[in-house]
Amino acid sequence: MSQYRLPQGGIVNRDAPLSFQFNGKTLSGFAGDTLASALLANGQHLIGRSFKYHRPRGIIGQGAEDPNALVQLGEGSRTIPNVRATQTELYSGLVANSVNCWPSVDFDVMAVNQYASRLLPAGFYYKTFKWPAKAWHFYEERIRASAGLGTIPNEPDPDRYEHVHKHAEVMVVGAGAAGLAAALAASRAGAQILLVDDQAELGGGLLAEQRQINSMSAYDWAKSVEAELRDNPKVQILTRSTAIGYYDHNFLTVVERRHDHLSESDREGVRERLWKVRAREVVLAQGAFERPMIYGYNDLPGTLLAGAVETYINRYAVKPGNKAVLFTNNDNAYSSAMAMLSAGMEVQVVDSRADAEHPLIAQATAQGADVLKGYVVTKAKGGKHVKEAVIQQLTPDGRGVVQDKQQQEVDLIAVSGGWNPAVHLHSHTGGKNRWDDEKLCFVPDSSPQRQVSVGSCNGSFDLYESINEGFAGGLSAAQKLNSTATAELGFIPAAESETADMRVSAMWLVPQNTTPERSPKAFVDYQNDTSAADIRLAVREGFHSVEHVKRYTAMGFGTDQGKMGNINGMAILAEALGQSIPETGTTTFRPLYTPTSMGAMAGSNLDDLFDPIRKTPMHAWHTSMGATWEDVGQWKRAWYYPDASEDMHAATKRESTIIHSNVAVLDASTLGKIDIQGPDAAEFLNRVYINGFKLLKPGRCRYGIMLNDAGFIMDDGVTTCLGENHYLMTTTTGGAAAVLNHLELWLQTEWPELKVYLTSVTDHWATISVNGPDSRKIVESLCSDVDFDSEAFPFMSFQDGTVAGAPCRIMRISFSGELTYEINVPAHMARHVWSAVFKAGEAYQITPYGTETMHIVRAEKGFIIVGQETDGSMTAHDVGYGGMFSSKKEFIGKRSAQRVHLKSPERKQLVGMKPVDGKTVAMEGAHILTNAADVALLTSLPLKEPIKMDGHITSSYYSPVMGHPIALAVVKGGQQRHGEKVMVSDHLGNVCEMEICATTFYDLEGAKQR
Amino acid sequence: MQNFSIFSLLRNSMTYHENWQQHWRSPVPKKQYDVIIVGAGGHGLATAYYLGKVHGITNVAVIEKGWLGGGNTGRNTTIVRSNYLWDESAHLYEKSLKLWEGLTKDINYNVMFSQRGVMNLAHSLGDMREVQRRVTANNLNGVDAVILTPEEISQRVPFMKINNTRYPVMGASFQPRGGVARHDAVAWGYARACDAMGIDIIQNCEVLNFLKDGDTVTGVETTKGQIMASKVGIVTAGHSGVMAEKAGFRLPIESHPLQALVSEPLKPLVDTVIMSNAVHAYVSQSDKGELVIGAGIDSYVGYGQRGSFQVIEHTMEAICELYPIFRRVRMMRQWGGIVDTAPDACPIISKTPVRNLFINCGWGTGGFKATTGSGWVFAHTLATGEPHDLNAAFSLDRFVTGKLIDEHGAAGVAH
Amino acid sequence: MYEIDCPWCGLRDESEFHCTGEAHIIRPEDPYALDDAQWTDYLHHRSNPKGLHFEQWQHSSGCRKWFNVARDTVTYEIKAVYKVDEPKPAFLLTDDQSANQATVESSEVKA
Repeated sequence: MSQYRLPQGGIVNRDAPLSFQFNGKTLSGFAGDTLASALLANGQHLIGRSFKYHRPRGIIGQGAEDPNALVQLGEGSRTIPNVRATQTELYSGLVANSVNCWPSVDFDVMAVNQYASRLLPAGFYYKTFKWPAKAWHFYEERIRASAGLGTIPNEPDPDRYEHVHKHAEVMVVGAGAAGLAAALAASRAGAQILLVDDQAELGGGLLAEQRQINSMSAYDWAKSVEAELRDNPKVQILTRSTAIGYYDHNFLTVVERRHDHLSESDREGVRERLWKVRAREVVLAQGAFERPMIYGYNDLPGTLLAGAVETYINRYAVKPGNKAVLFTNNDNAYSSAMAMLSAGMEVQVVDSRADAEHPLIAQATAQGADVLKGYVVTKAKGGKHVKEAVIQQLTPDGRGVVQDKQQQEVDLIAVSGGWNPAVHLHSHTGGKNRWDDEKLCFVPDSSPQRQVSVGSCNGSFDLYESINEGFAGGLSAAQKLNSTATAELGFIPAAESETADMRVSAMWLVPQNTTPERSPKAFVDYQNDTSAADIRLAVREGFHSVEHVKRYTAMGFGTDQGKMGNINGMAILAEALGQSIPETGTTTFRPLYTPTSMGAMAGSNLDDLFDPIRKTPMHAWHTSMGATWEDVGQWKRAWYYPDASEDMHAATKRESTIIHSNVAVLDASTLGKIDIQGPDAAEFLNRVYINGFKLLKPGRCRYGIMLNDAGFIMDDGVTTCLGENHYLMTTTTGGAAAVLNHLELWLQTEWPELKVYLTSVTDHWATISVNGPDSRKIVESLCSDVDFDSEAFPFMSFQDGTVAGAPCRIMRISFSGELTYEINVPAHMARHVWSAVFKAGEAYQITPYGTETMHIVRAEKGFIIVGQETDGSMTAHDVGYGGMFSSKKEFIGKRSAQRVHLKSPERKQLVGMKPVDGKTVAMEGAHILTNAADVALLTSLPLKEPIKMDGHITSSYYSPVMGHPIALAVVKGGQQRHGEKVMVSDHLGNVCEMEICATTFYDLEGAKQR
Repeated sequence: MQNFSIFSLLRNSMTYHENWQQHWRSPVPKKQYDVIIVGAGGHGLATAYYLGKVHGITNVAVIEKGWLGGGNTGRNTTIVRSNYLWDESAHLYEKSLKLWEGLTKDINYNVMFSQRGVMNLAHSLGDMREVQRRVTANNLNGVDAVILTPEEISQRVPFMKINNTRYPVMGASFQPRGGVARHDAVAWGYARACDAMGIDIIQNCEVLNFLKDGDTVTGVETTKGQIMASKVGIVTAGHSGVMAEKAGFRLPIESHPLQALVSEPLKPLVDTVIMSNAVHAYVSQSDKGELVIGAGIDSYVGYGQRGSFQVIEHTMEAICELYPIFRRVRMMRQWGGIVDTAPDACPIISKTPVRNLFINCGWGTGGFKATTGSGWVFAHTLATGEPHDLNAAFSLDRFVTGKLIDEHGAAGVAH
Repeated sequence: MYEIDCPWCGLRDESEFHCTGEAHIIRPEDPYALDDAQWTDYLHHRSNPKGLHFEQWQHSSGCRKWFNVARDTVTYEIKAVYKVDEPKPAFLLTDDQSANQATVESSEVKA
C-alpha cells in the first residue's frame, strides 16, 4: 500500500489490484481507479511537458478539463495519443508513456525553452524566423519537431467502429445528481428516455459526495435511482458514452467507448460506437468545471483543483499530498478542505475574501483547518513539484498585495477559483449564454433547440438545488410530449440543505507586487503556456477581440479547448481592456465536446463498404477470364482481358481487331437505363433532348443529346420507343443518377402537367453488346422469333425476342461502328444468355472486350464520350452536333445556347488528330500550342512565362485497324482548321506534330454498322 | 512601423515586452475617403494594402462588421496552390502564389508560408486523364506541376493506402511550390502594414446601406454614421449577396456552409498537403501538429457558420479509408465558414451595375490561396476603374455572355 | 443534421434529402422575349437571403419527390414544409409580400 492510498474509503475495489506501467515503471492500482488516481496513489504527479516551454506538467483535474495529464496510451497498432489520464479507467496491463518530452519526462532536453521564455512571448513567431527569406522552411521543421504532443500510431488500426441510430423522447446528458433526477422524473412521467454519461458508473459528482440524500448516502441514492431507471424498459442507459456534439433539430452524437477500459486480450467486437440520436426533448446535465487560480508558477505539478482533490480522496481513497495549501475565492471549496482534513492532511486555507463567512468555513475550522482570510497565494516554488507556497495579504481594496510574504512548505496546492457551468452542448447550435454577476460565471440563456439545462451546468451548484431543478427539468420535458404526465420526487431535498447560499468573489488574476509582465509567469492555458502577461501583451499590440486574443496567444487551443482556464483568460482580457466580462464575451463553443477518434466518426463505412460496389451479372465471368477492372462511378467494369503474356496494348490490339473482322462482346450493363411511360412521354423527351423525339415510332431508336439549363452538354445516349407511350432511355454509366435527378426535377417542378412516369431500370436489365460482322449469325442462332433481315430489323431499331430462352429486347444500335446487336436481358437471366452467346460464337472466335477497346473503336468512329470529350464547358455545336438542334421546339438549354459566347466561332471545337510521323501516340491531356515556334521554349518546364494554347487532346490511341495513332481533341475554331498541322506538347514538354482532321477515321460512310 | 526581427524581439525582452506598439489603431472614421473597402478579411485588407503600396492611394478605410480576419480568413484549411486548369484561373492564382512567396518580407510579418507541396490524388482513369491535362496546362502556363506515380506517392506518404482500397490511388498531380500559411497572420500582417500607411481599419462597424447619387455610389451608411467615398469595394465573402441586395443588384451567388475540423496536436508525420476530390479527403498537418481536415459543402444556403454532421461523417470515412493509421487519432474541434459559390466555381472581381461600386466575391472554397492576388487585382480595379488583365475574365458579365470559366469538373473545386 | 418533415413520408433525417436551391423561381413564359441579361437573372441570380429562405428539397433517398421548405438560413429553423405547387405559406409573409405573391399567381394563371 502506497503512502498516498488511504486505508479505507472510496469506491475502488481493493480486492482487485491491477498492475500497470508508466514510463517503463511497473505500478499498481485498483479496479475503479483512473490512470490519474492510480498514478497519484503512487505519488506520481509529473505526467508530461507543456507545448512551448516544455515545463513539467502534472495532474491538475479529474476529467475533461485537465489540459496536463496527457499520455500516450498503449503501444503498437492500438496506441492512442494524448489520452487524458483523468478519463482513463485503469486496466490490468495498461501501458502509458509521457508525451512531448525527450529523453524522459524527468529530464527533457527541450526544457531549455523555459530559460528562453522571455524571448518567446505570445506571437513571437510572427516577428522572427523571417531571415533569410527562404529560411522559414528550416526553422519550421525544428518548430514542428518540438511541437505536437503524442504520436500517431505507425500501424493501421485493427479495431472496428460502428454507428447506431436512436430516437429518444427525452435525452438526458449526464448522470450526476441533476441528470439522475431528470431521468427519474421523465421515467416516472412515462417518457421514453436515453440517459448517457461519460463515466463507467452513473452518479457523476455523487460518487465523491459525502452528504446524504433522502436519508441515505449520496452513492446509495444514485444506485437506487439507477435501479429504478434500469427497471423501466422505456429507459436506455449508456455509460462510458460522451455526448460530443449537439446539432440542429435536436440531433446529438454520442460516442460510446466499448472496450478501451479492458485489457487488450479481453477486447472484443467494436471499439467505439457512435450513437446518432434524434431527441424530441433534451435535458442537459453535464455539470460544471472548476476554475484554477492564476498566480506565479501556478502550473507546477502538485497543483490540483480543490474539487479534484476531494474526488481523489472520497472516490478513489487517494490523497494527492500530505501538507496542503487550499487557495480559494469561494465557500464551495471548504468541502474539499474537510475531505482533505478527513484524509489526515494538514490544510492551510488561503481565502482571498477578507469577509468570507459560511457555515462550511466554521465547520472546516472546527475540524482543524487554519484559515487565512484576505490572503492569496502569489507564487509557488519548486522544480518538478511544488515545495512552497508564497502567501501574501491583499490590500484592503483587493487590487494589490502587501509586501510581507509567508512561505509555507507544501506538497500540494489545491486551488478553487469558482465554477464554470459546462455550457458547451447548449452552445453548439447557437444557444446563447448570459453572465451571472452573483455566481460569476456564464449560464445558459436562450436556445433555438428544444432543450433545457439543469443542475450545475445551469449554474445551480448546490447539490439539493440541482436535484430539484433536475427533477423539474425532466418532468417538464416529459410534459411537453404528454401534457398530462406527472411525477413525484417523493422527498424534499431542500429541507436537507445546509450548504445553500454559497458565495464566490472575483479573483481572476492574483495581484502581485509587480506587474504581470515582471512577475513570475501565471499560466492561463497550461497546455499552451499562455500566461496572463501574454494576454496583456496581445491587448497592447491591438488585439482586442476575444477571438483575436485567443488566436494570438493560443489560449484555449489545447486539447481541453479552454475548459480549464478560458474564463479566467477572458476576465484578464476584460480587465486589460477596461470593460466587463460580458462585454468581452467568450470564444465560440463548438463540437467536439471532448476529442473523439476519427474511427468512431467514420463508423463502418470503410474498405469495401466505403462506397457501394456495383457489379454486373457477368462480373464473376469477367473475373474468371482474368479481366482487369476500371472503376466507373460505383461500377466495376471490365477494362481489358489480357492473355498470360499480354500487356494492355497487346490485349486491346487483339480485342479491337476481332471486332472489325469477326465478333466481340462488351458487357454494357452499366449504362444507365430509365424507363419512361405515360401519354406525354414523347413530349417530355422532346423537351429534354436537343433533337426531335415526337416522330420516333415504336420499334425505333434515336441518339439524343441533353443539355443543362445553361446550354452545356450534360449527357447523351440512345432512347428506344418500346411501344405506344413507352420509352427506354439510356444514359452514360457515370451520369445515370444525375440524369434521373435532372429529369425528375423538371417533371415535378416545371412540368407537373405532363403525365410521365420515370423508373430507373439500370439494375433490372443487363446489356450484352454483340459487335462485329459475325454478330448477326450468332444472335440469330439463339433467337428464333425475330426476323433478322435488315429490312425487317434495320439499324436503329429494336425487336422483342427470345434469346437462348430468355425474353429480351434486342437493339440494333452501335457504339463500335460495327454491325451490333445489343441484347437487353432481365438481369437474373443475363449470365445464362451471356454464356449462350459465347458458346454460339465459338466458331467465330468470339472474344470479350472491355472499356479500353470500347474507347478505341468508338474513337475510330469519332463518337464522343461525355465527360471525356466534354467537361461541362462544351456545347452541342462544339462537338459537331449543332445540326441536331431542333428549331421547331423548345428544350432545356436552348435559350442559354443562344447567348453571345456560346455561339462564338472562337470556341474550342471537337476535331480528329493524327500524328504527322504516323507513329507517335500523343498523350491524353497534351495541349496544342497556338504558336508552333513556342516549341523552342519547352526545354525546361514549367515555363517562366505562360504561352498560348489552343486546346487539348481528349482521347488518344493507337488504332490497329487504321495502322496509325488517332486522337480526338478540342481546338479553338477547330472545325475550320482541318488539314492544319499543329504542335502538341505533353506535361514533360515532349512535342509531337499533328494534323487536324475530321473526327471519323474508320468506315467514313458508316456502312458497317448498318 | 515598428520593425519585427529577432533583434527587436531581443531588445523588447529586456523591457518585458512592455513597449511593443499596437499592430493597428482603432481610428474614428473620417467623413470622406478616396476608397472604402467593405470587409476587413484577408482579401479586403490585401486590397487596401496594394492600393497604398502599388497605387499610392492611402486615404482608404476598411470597414469591418466584426473583428478583422474573422470570417473565412480565420476559418479555412490554409491551403495555397495555383495548379488550376483554365488559363484565366491559373494566371490569377499563380500571381497570388508569387505574391505569397514574398509576402513575409514584404509586410515584415511572418505569415509562415510553408511550401511543403500540394498533392491532388487521382483514383480512376478519368481522374488520371484530368491530371495529365491539368499538369500539362499548368506547365505551359508557368505553374510548376508534376505527375506522381503511385510508387512516388508511397515514398512521400508511406502511410497512405494506395492499393487494396475501394478507390485505389492511381497517381497524383503535385505542385511543389504549393503549401500552407498561417491564416490569421495574413490578416494581421496586412492590417498592420495598411495601418502603417495611414489606412484606417474600422472594426465593429457594420455597413447598413450604400449611399447613392443616381446610379453612382457616394458612400456608406454605417453603425458609426455616414462615411463618404469616391469608390467603394465590397469584399465580404459569405455576405456578398447581403451586401449586393443593399446596393440594389443581384448576384449569381449562393452562400453555403463549409466545414473543417482539426485533430489534437501530434508529432509531425504529414509533411505535405494531400487532397482527394474523388473521395472528399483533404489533409495537412499544422506546425502545431494538428491534422487539418477540410470537409465538403453543405447543400443548403446557410449563414450559421455551422453545417450538418453527415458531411463531417463522410469526410471522416474518406480520411480513415485513405489513412488507416489515423483511425485512433482524435479530432478536437470542428467549425464552419460561409462560402459564396458561383455557378462556375470561379470568383467575381468586377464592376457592378452601380457606378464606382466594385465587388470581389464568389471564391467558393478556394479564397484563402488567392488572398494576395485577389487584393492585387482588386486594388488595380478600384484604382483605375477598370479590371486588370488578370481579372478581366472574372467579370459579372460572363454570366450574361456565357463565357464561364468552369473549374467544377476539372481542377478541383474544393479548397 | 436537420430533421425534415417530408409532405409524403413524414419526419426523416436530412441525410435522406438534398437541397436543390431556391424555390418559386418562375421560368419565363417566353425565354426569347428576354435579352441575355434578363435571361441571366432567371438562370443564375439568386436571392440568397440571410434569414427566411424558400427552397426546394428532394427526398432523394426516399419518395424522390421535390417539395418546398421555408427555412431560416441563420438559425436553421424550418418554418414550414409544403408541396411544390403550393404558394409560400401566408403566415410567413409580410403584407407586401402577400400582395406580390397574389399578383404573381394571377399572372401565372393567365399565362
